Amino acid sequence: MSATGMTLDSGLTVQRDTVARALRRTTRIGFAMLALLLVYLTYTWFAFDVPALIKSAKPEQAALLATDAVAHKVHVTRLLRRGTTSIAIEGERTATYETPPDWVAVDGEKLTIDMEDGYTVTMRATSLTLDVPDYGLIRVSVQDGRVITELPPGRKPDWLRATSAKFDARPDLSRRVQVSRAKMEVHRYFAGWENFFFPFRSPLSVLTAGELLDLALSDEELEPGTANWLLILDTFWTNPDWQHGNVFVALLETLLMAVLGTFTAVFVALPLAFLAARNFTPSGPVRFFVRRLFDFVRGIDMLIWSLIFIRSFGLGPLTGALAIAFTDTGTLGKLFSEALENIDRRQVEGVNATGASKLQSYRFGVIPQILPIFISQGFYYLESNTRSATVIGALGAGGIGLMLVETIKTSRDWENTLYIIILTVLMVIVMDALSTRLRRRFTGDR
Amino acid sequence: MIASAHLRDEILQMKRRRQLYSAAIVVLLTVVMVGGYGQANEMNSGGFISGLAKFFDYPGEIVAEAWDAGAAFPGLLWRFLPALIETLNIAAVATILGGLGAMVFAFLGASNLNVWPPVVPVARRIMDVMRAFPELIIALFLIFVLGSSPIPAMIAVAFHTTGALGKQFSEVNENIDTRAVEGLGACGASWFQRMRFAVLPQVLPNYLSYFMMRFEINVRASAILGFVGAGGIGSELRRTIGWGQRAGDETAALFVLLILTIFLIDQASSWMRQRIAQTEALT
Repeated sequence: MSATGMTLDSGLTVQRDTVARALRRTTRIGFAMLALLLVYLTYTWFAFDVPALIKSAKPEQAALLATDAVAHKVHVTRLLRRGTTSIAIEGERTATYETPPDWVAVDGEKLTIDMEDGYTVTMRATSLTLDVPDYGLIRVSVQDGRVITELPPGRKPDWLRATSAKFDARPDLSRRVQVSRAKMEVHRYFAGWENFFFPFRSPLSVLTAGELLDLALSDEELEPGTANWLLILDTFWTNPDWQHGNVFVALLETLLMAVLGTFTAVFVALPLAFLAARNFTPSGPVRFFVRRLFDFVRGIDMLIWSLIFIRSFGLGPLTGALAIAFTDTGTLGKLFSEALENIDRRQVEGVNATGASKLQSYRFGVIPQILPIFISQGFYYLESNTRSATVIGALGAGGIGLMLVETIKTSRDWENTLYIIILTVLMVIVMDALSTRLRRRFTGDR
Repeated sequence: MIASAHLRDEILQMKRRRQLYSAAIVVLLTVVMVGGYGQANEMNSGGFISGLAKFFDYPGEIVAEAWDAGAAFPGLLWRFLPALIETLNIAAVATILGGLGAMVFAFLGASNLNVWPPVVPVARRIMDVMRAFPELIIALFLIFVLGSSPIPAMIAVAFHTTGALGKQFSEVNENIDTRAVEGLGACGASWFQRMRFAVLPQVLPNYLSYFMMRFEINVRASAILGFVGAGGIGSELRRTIGWGQRAGDETAALFVLLILTIFLIDQASSWMRQRIAQTEALT
């Protein structure tokens, strides 16, 4: 081997050693970071008290909510003191059946309720029997103000609770039987949202889509003085169970907050951004002042702005719009001023060389360069503010956020909550798609 | 001569058309803004004009009460520190877990990394939906199921973060220089080795800067979610504001803590992003 070959070889070895050492170092750093991460996550595991949460979590509660959100139940209720029986959707008086549905057979005081899958309930004056497949017949009666339960022999199933005050059987998620001293109540679940389009009492609720279309086109007015299609629309819009009209107004309120807030922020931030950019404002103190102003309004955060504005302007979309506008003026102002500092001087100088006035040099030298950033950031924030507006709404500013908080708090009908959630998410997805589209259009990148 | 006159006509015509468009946009914007503010003002429970006079009342009240607290004020700051730490923990864990999920989705959703082509559009759609879910919805639902605790907020923020960061990460992945990947592939490197030595070094700095930006956003989000019952500084704020009357000094202390924290994180994250950009430019 020649002398040059040996130096080359040893040089390579040295280099390989350096590379290997550097690699080992980055691997070590990588593992150290991972270990730190694990330590931190372990710490928060206990700081958040996850073990206690797991212990107290109720997965069956979530399953109940999920069932309730996509199904509705029909109550068959017998009040023992008055001896009256009613069959109503969700137990609501406005949705009571006048003639019993075909799964309830009435024979004087005796009611035979077909609960499907082999389950049958037979209700008498003060007692009922529940026939459970693969288990047997459960007899429940109310005597002298006490609930008496007779179970078939064998182990008591865990879906059943029976005391002298209350009997509650829930063999699965789609049926439930309760007996107390005052009443006997049977719930049977059906898939789907009830009376989504028209209220139970409305004559429209029994029509099919084709019949509705015929009705809308016919001249024979169902309610004299109102066109049929208007009546159909109005009945849908004012449906008391679903409140389509109110939900729509709330969505609009949220959108209004987002649009007004974003636009205001964009138009206030633009002129201020010139004052914060080094190449447009030579005065140091002015720059410093405007930049700190941006930091200030951004740092205060939407939460605090909302709380302050709620105090002075009350609840409503104006409050939300102003909170968004204030926070985003800071964020957008900072972004715009950075964009202004990075513009290409040559275009401005070229315009100046033609003898343009100061205003003209801004208009033709500067604005065309920052307009794409300006528009694209504006739309980006419009989308993100649609989401923020739902949260601000929940703080009390109104709109769909507040409506959501209220329906969850009352937690009566989870299908209403699901409906609002679906509409909100759809609204955000539509705004997202729209803003991406418009951004691409205006900035010309495809 | 004729050609230049023709050209001038064309330019003038184009100019007129552009001016017409600009005017139309300006008119449209004015209508939206004026009409929108009019409508918003009408829907609001308090009016704009009457509110303007009261604008400084509440901040003034808080500051006055904080002033009255005097020497006790730093003690209040100290008392609310645990709440602040809880909010920061919510944001940090959510950003970490969301970031890890985002990395997985970003690799699956990047069209140039060939993880598994059929899954690319699926991963993207999942990210879109996760991003669209407002944190509030998930937080409220989980608070209802799990009770008031930091966990619902953490899960809600992490869920949204996975979608939001996932999109940004997968854009980073798609903009990498593929020559390094091909070079390693030519040496016989496995898929894992190609990712580890050709992709990760290119994408990690960008990941880090997006991660920091998201952390700042998430601190704000966690604070807000506290207000609807998720613990941390937001719940304390709800309590002091709900009590009204004499809790102004506590509210002021919470405001100060929150503003300081956001300011510090904002500064730290922009400093770090600048440093990353500089090292990027050097190499």
